[in-house]
Amino acid sequence: MTNVCYRTLQFDEPWTLEAYESVGGYQVLRRIMQEKTPCDQIINELKEASLRGRGGAGFPTGVKWSFMTSASQGAKYVVCNADESEPGTCKDRDILRYNPHQLIEGMIIAGYAMGCTSGYIYIRGEFTEPFARVETALQQAKAAGLVGSNILESGFDFQLETAIGAGAYICGEETALLNSLEGKKGFPRFKPPFPANVGLYGRPTTVNNVETLASVPVILEKGAKWFLELGKPNNGGTKIFSVTGHVNKPGNYEVPLGIPFKELLELAGGVRNGNKLKAVIPGGSSMPVLPAEIIMETDMDYDSLMKAGSMLGTAAVIVMDETTCMVKALECISKFYMEESCGQCTPCREGTGWLHRVIHRIENGQGKPEDLDNLVRVAKNIEGRTICALGEAAAWPVGAFMKHFRDEFAYHIQHKKCLVG
Amino acid sequence: MIELEIDGKKVEAEPGNMIIQVADAMGVYIPRFCYHKKLSIAANCRMCLVEVEKIGKPVPACATPISQGMRVFTKSEKALAAQRAVMEFLLINHPLDCPICDQGGECELQDLALGYGDDLSRYTEGKRAVDDENLGSLIATDMTRCIHCTRCVRFGTEVAGMRELGTVWRGEHMEIKTFVGKSLTSEVSGNIIDLCPVGALTSKPYRYTARAWELQQRYTIAPHDCLGSHLNVHVRRNEVMRVVPRESEAINETWLSDRDRFSYTGLKSEDRLNQPMIKQSGHWQSVSWEVALEYMLEALKKVIAVQGPEQAAGIISPSATLEESYLFQRLLRGLGCPNIDHRLRQIDFADQDSMPLYPGLKVKIADLEQQRAVLIIGANVRQEQPLLALRLRKANLKGAQIFCINPIDYQVNFNLNQKLICHPTLLPEMLAGIIKAILVKQAIEAPTTIAEQLKSIQVTEQQQAIAEALSVNQPSTILLGAIAQQHPQAATLRSLASLLAELTGASVNLLTEGANTAGAWLAGAVPHRGAVGLTQDKLGQTIAELFAEPRKAYVLFNVEPAQDCANPKQVTKALQQADLVVALTPYNTPYLQQHADVLLPIAHHAETSGTYVNAEGEWQSFAAVVSAPEQVKPGWKVLRVLGNLADLADFNYTASTEIRDELQGMLANHSLKVAKQVQPRINLAYTKHPLTRITEWPMYRVDGLVRRALPLQQAASHDSVGIRINSKMIEQLQLAAGGLATVEQAGESVTLPVILDERIPQGCALIAGGFAETEVLAESFGAITIHV
Ligand SMILES: Cc1cc2nc3c(=O)[nH]c(=O)nc-3n(C[C@H](O)[C@H](O)[C@H](O)COP(=O)(O)O)c2cc1C
Ligand code: SF4
Ligand code: FES
Repeated sequence: MTNVCYRTLQFDEPWTLEAYESVGGYQVLRRIMQEKTPCDQIINELKEASLRGRGGAGFPTGVKWSFMTSASQGAKYVVCNADESEPGTCKDRDILRYNPHQLIEGMIIAGYAMGCTSGYIYIRGEFTEPFARVETALQQAKAAGLVGSNILESGFDFQLETAIGAGAYICGEETALLNSLEGKKGFPRFKPPFPANVGLYGRPTTVNNVETLASVPVILEKGAKWFLELGKPNNGGTKIFSVTGHVNKPGNYEVPLGIPFKELLELAGGVRNGNKLKAVIPGGSSMPVLPAEIIMETDMDYDSLMKAGSMLGTAAVIVMDETTCMVKALECISKFYMEESCGQCTPCREGTGWLHRVIHRIENGQGKPEDLDNLVRVAKNIEGRTICALGEAAAWPVGAFMKHFRDEFAYHIQHKKCLVG
Repeated sequence: MIELEIDGKKVEAEPGNMIIQVADAMGVYIPRFCYHKKLSIAANCRMCLVEVEKIGKPVPACATPISQGMRVFTKSEKALAAQRAVMEFLLINHPLDCPICDQGGECELQDLALGYGDDLSRYTEGKRAVDDENLGSLIATDMTRCIHCTRCVRFGTEVAGMRELGTVWRGEHMEIKTFVGKSLTSEVSGNIIDLCPVGALTSKPYRYTARAWELQQRYTIAPHDCLGSHLNVHVRRNEVMRVVPRESEAINETWLSDRDRFSYTGLKSEDRLNQPMIKQSGHWQSVSWEVALEYMLEALKKVIAVQGPEQAAGIISPSATLEESYLFQRLLRGLGCPNIDHRLRQIDFADQDSMPLYPGLKVKIADLEQQRAVLIIGANVRQEQPLLALRLRKANLKGAQIFCINPIDYQVNFNLNQKLICHPTLLPEMLAGIIKAILVKQAIEAPTTIAEQLKSIQVTEQQQAIAEALSVNQPSTILLGAIAQQHPQAATLRSLASLLAELTGASVNLLTEGANTAGAWLAGAVPHRGAVGLTQDKLGQTIAELFAEPRKAYVLFNVEPAQDCANPKQVTKALQQADLVVALTPYNTPYLQQHADVLLPIAHHAETSGTYVNAEGEWQSFAAVVSAPEQVKPGWKVLRVLGNLADLADFNYTASTEIRDELQGMLANHSLKVAKQVQPRINLAYTKHPLTRITEWPMYRVDGLVRRALPLQQAASHDSVGIRINSKMIEQLQLAAGGLATVEQAGESVTLPVILDERIPQGCALIAGGFAETEVLAESFGAITIHV
């Protein structure tokens, strides 16, 4: 298996500077600082590698970075989104815990390539241990002259700090994150303007996911071609899949993008108790669910999943076996989005609660036949009409559950109990 | 220019405009709740979603900038579907209690629901209920009705500069709340009533008293500060039910101060004078107007004839209309008496001959936003001129540096780059230090009149910084407020401010008192000049002299002498010894009962037509919005009749507009030659008292009407009368904060609560004017003693 972000996992203490340096860590940074590699060259390398954002939307990272290069005086920021809160997702946590230096190296390179003066790593509030690991690593890197002023005597200055959230899912949305970093309430900002123009403290800013940034040093070390060929065209590299749910060996699997779901399921030890697979949410709880027949025929990459009617999202693969009540499953999901809506915009604030209450009623045997159409309608009414994508995150699961498992909901309403007993 | 198309109509607009702005300008209505042209864009209600060609999702018109060739559809199927969906979401948790909601009939949600809502709700779950907030005596809350548009929150943080409301919790639990459960203290808080699109925030004094459709809207000009904000007064059956702003970009924009908004509640005070009255051998009796006017005129003429014209004095409110002020001085001058003044709270008139035609602003109110540096001298800006402070805040947000020299560290709603807080007697020295900084820096010789005094002044770094900022950042402005003008060294402060202006290129602006100080000067309600500044054969004496050397007859126009004037003790003494005190007044107070001989009931500002000239020189005329009670007459009519009774020429006006036109005609034909600017001077020889009284008139104590506006009094209850003094002084004088102490001034004493107030400088106590409690005290910045 080829590891990109989990390069140090073979060590007893994979998070140390020594461990990281022993796999070639900080060599790329040293080379760039010495050669003064042109920024364009770095960005082009990422474009060629077809690195796509690992935070959920899959936006090409090289393209995103190139928005920042247009000469602009004064402060510019790169921010690492380590708020990882999408249910099912736990890949970033393990990078923070086991390979924090690679993230730090990725951030310094990002800072260099985009002409940033400083960077922040915004870490989810509940990540106590990962936070400590990153903080220690950062202090080591600072002591080693890898971060701060005049990095490795190159004349390049880049300040890097950590910040800790307070447990709100919405602060993973990049503009809510920026508000939170500024000490404001975690309300997403309306876009445009995009952060690349008006970001942290009103300055040009790029927000990237942990896994995205941690991939950068390896791409630059081994070359765009190597990375691209790990995966598939337009879907370069490896990807960490957090496989959870009804499998025998849940866990984080860093495997090439495009791996057939079947193989991934095997890696995770197959469905528990030899049960039949019922459905899979392939990209974190906000992504559309796919029934077994479809997912078993699908490859796990951005484009294939899109074609199959879902999305790769954060690559949190939630596996559900035949014992799963889909009404209950959706009730859980809809409750999460209701609780985590920031409350700012009307469709999400009011709609998420509406969805949850109706699903809750159905689950509790008080559903009405008209609820089914109404759920679809309300979800559609949220979708595409909100400030941030939490609206979609709340709506898509409802749409997909109703599309593939409507009968189960109807059964629930009619019989006031579960199909699966 | 960008060319685009909205609903098939081509239109051109400046880049940077949002779709909604362009649509508004061309009369295409897009529904909205959170958008307000004076607030930042929140784009949170989603009501304004419209379709734009080539963009998949509907976009919020309030937050989407226009672009070349853009084709916008505000009423397409897609747009309407989005708007209807949002309306449905807004209504599911809304109580729909329109019949018992005060906003009913003028509710943006109700109006739009009519167009975009369904007849029947498809929401069958339980609705949300939200606890109400206690925001104080002015604003009522029904937070369950809130639609979370955050207009009120944005108003506080952005416009008012006071974060008193915020959004707490999140998701559907999100609530608009005060952070610490306090009442609002902002002096412009009432604007959130207008901003709230639903019935969540309503006017406490007004609510449940009328329905919007019962009201007639009339406009007038606000009567309390020198801006002259535009008002819409809502009237039902000849009763003022409420006051709201009338938009005026040049003056009040879309805002009103709470004082202007709620002072109407004082109109119905119980002590209204409804009938002319005269006192004969100690007994008051109601009489007809004829009797009262004859009686008064005879008595006045007698004093003038027997005791001499210098033995009579006319004192008029700076909030009297231009017409009233003009006829008042014509009447008195016509009877031979030149002693006329309106400068109730001022003491120092040494420079009155070099004053311009009228004091006021040289900079337009709206242009204050464009200033790059502002020096405030002796002003509690937020309280004196609440909306002007908002302009300063805007300037500040655009980068203007603001400085102040004040005896009290007043709270402001902008950043002060430097503040020089000093003992009030040191205000001139503080200002002189800035002047010295410039003179030294530019190696200019000091004017001979102040050269000697400047020598002893040490220039501080702060003063240097202010000097630098005023000269470098243009345009720059110097503002002199009420405290500067009421100061014993007011003339010195004015002359130094002029010198500083000359040296830096700044303009000097006076924040004048009342609604019509400029009009009073123009009308000739000053002792040394006639209307439009005409020179007078007979010069009168200033108000200070008129009370310091008591006269035999006083005619008071809408003045409550002991609460409106600088030295109440002296005023009362003067009135006591006078043979004749005539009060033209809306109120029948025990004080007037005791000291006056004739009471003539005059109309309130809302009941009369007239003109206010604001501080920037804008003449703003208005009609009466309600008629006065039966026997109560507009002041100008009373004065007209008196003029006729006295056989004075040219007093036959049939409308107040004729009086205004006459003045305007005079103004066109005369130009005032101001006596040569007096040389700047500093008097460092003044006495420093061991303990000095600082006097200010709190914002809701400035005139009879606000003093009677109960909701405003309740709102200001935290600002109650007392001895405000810092902790060191409390210790030094062995007082107890919260306890009582006795103030003695000029032989009079009064016992008041001691209020700990660390803003007050050493050696001083702030004891406000405008209260019955402090009526016995004497001069504004005089010596006092305090003991338990
Ligand atoms: C409701 C919401 C929550 C999100 N949470 C996260 C998160 O926890 N971590 C993350 O990296 N991105 C999250 N995102 C995506 C970010 O907004 C952003 O797209 C991402 O950080 C960009 O990084 P990338 O380009 O490297 O993927 C979230 C988005 C939404 C709408
Ligand atoms: S979609 Fe939801 S989470 Fe996003 S801004 Fe709107 S209310 Fe907040
Ligand atoms: S008016 Fe545009 S979103 Fe509220």
